Amino acid sequence: MAFILESFHSALILIVRLDPELLSIMLLSLKVSGSALISATIVGLPMAALLGLTSMPLKGFFLNLMNTCMGLPPVVVGLFIYLMLSRSGPLGFMGLLYTPTAMITAQFVLALPIIVALCHSAIVSVDPVIRQAALTLGATKSQASLTVIAEARYGIISAIIAGFGRLMAEVGAILIVGGNIAGYTRVMTTTIALEADKGNFELALALGIILLGMALLINSLLLIFQRQAIVRKL
Amino acid sequence: MKKVYSFGSIVCLLILLLAGNAFADSILCASTTSTENSGLFGHILPMFEKDTGIEVKVVARGTGAALEMGRRGDADVVFVHAKEQELEAVAEGFFVARHDVMYNDFVIIGPPDDPASIKGLTSAVDAFKTIADHQTVFVSRGDQSGTHTKELAIWKQTAINPAGKKWYLEVGQGMEKTQRIGNEKRAYVLTDRGTWLSTNDQLEMEILMEGDPVLFNQYGIMAVNPEKHSHVKYEQAMTFINWMISDTGQTAIDSFRDKLGNSLFIPNAK
Repeated sequence: MAFILESFHSALILIVRLDPELLSIMLLSLKVSGSALISATIVGLPMAALLGLTSMPLKGFFLNLMNTCMGLPPVVVGLFIYLMLSRSGPLGFMGLLYTPTAMITAQFVLALPIIVALCHSAIVSVDPVIRQAALTLGATKSQASLTVIAEARYGIISAIIAGFGRLMAEVGAILIVGGNIAGYTRVMTTTIALEADKGNFELALALGIILLGMALLINSLLLIFQRQAIVRKL
Repeated sequence: MKKVYSFGSIVCLLILLLAGNAFADSILCASTTSTENSGLFGHILPMFEKDTGIEVKVVARGTGAALEMGRRGDADVVFVHAKEQELEAVAEGFFVARHDVMYNDFVIIGPPDDPASIKGLTSAVDAFKTIADHQTVFVSRGDQSGTHTKELAIWKQTAINPAGKKWYLEVGQGMEKTQRIGNEKRAYVLTDRGTWLSTNDQLEMEILMEGDPVLFNQYGIMAVNPEKHSHVKYEQAMTFINWMISDTGQTAIDSFRDKLGNSLFIPNAK
């Protein structure tokens, strides 16, 4: 078990040395997963509200679809986006394959179902009395909906944390559409996969520890945010 | 209003993140794990960039996948090691300007006690036959890579079809992983010498068969045909190819040493 200690040790050395290559890889990880998560939230939250607060046709089917897609295998998403963005594919003219944008696109597809499904359940579990009260107090329909969404913020942040967890840990999709190009599309998870391939197990584990540390930091920030949301609620 | 501002700033941030990287003069090179993971590209590409100002981005796959990337127009230049497949793809019109660049060779590695006794054999075909006769475990890349292609060509000459046999494991992984699986299974593996030299300190395996001319491993470079894919950066790709086969490029390849000080590739462009 000494290898775990040694990996912690090399992780610490890597962090202290602030290796510029490692730093750019970490930043790219955050940039790709962060952008995908933000865009998925911007698109997904209104979709979840629409599904939760209005009655529309095929609602049950759509929700079921979103719940199912939460388990989409990243490799399949990666392959699909690859074929779409390939020069011989329908969107090939955009020249996006093997760029960070392609990676963001693939992760967006992976995050969207999680955001929609979990935000939806957060929104529908808000006490219906709140919406009624808002309407009685003279709110318009859209104002009442905003009140409900604001009430659901605790669950919405949980949805964002869940989405972030999936994206930061993901390797299958971004490896296919990003190509793991050094200094350009190489992120934490693909670096770990590469180093493990090369047999540099300790380095790979050390990078894993750093990735975990990054996730811990971001989640702590989100949780502080979430706690504030509860305090304000009380 | 505050909400509108924060929404607006998020959108601006997104646009900023998505833009960028648009103006760099760079080409995409589809190549193999043996060239990227050994560190060869890390050694020669900075020299090329300094000479020409062109940045080369490398996507490392098996030879089969790299050729497919080129065929689909998803790369500008392809640098792989399966000469017959390369020439075939050139004949089909997908690539132009193919050149030999460098070579090394394949070796058969296995457990030091050599359970099938292939040590001393001079023909790779005989070695494969002996392994099949003894039914000792053989781990195959199974991924259409250059190494896999070479392995299948040798099996073809033995008139034995190993597919589906219980001692024949097709793992579908890169060279290092395949070696490591072979190491755990105490099996025989066909590997390129470059990868072996950079990994053998982690493996309890030995070279048991080498030197047969059939095990020669030629690397070639070629440009994606601009008539098939008009968007490719043909000029920059040709600059790269011409540099690789020039004296400067060949000397750069010759001067490359891996972390253990081994010379992995021998330049042989004409």
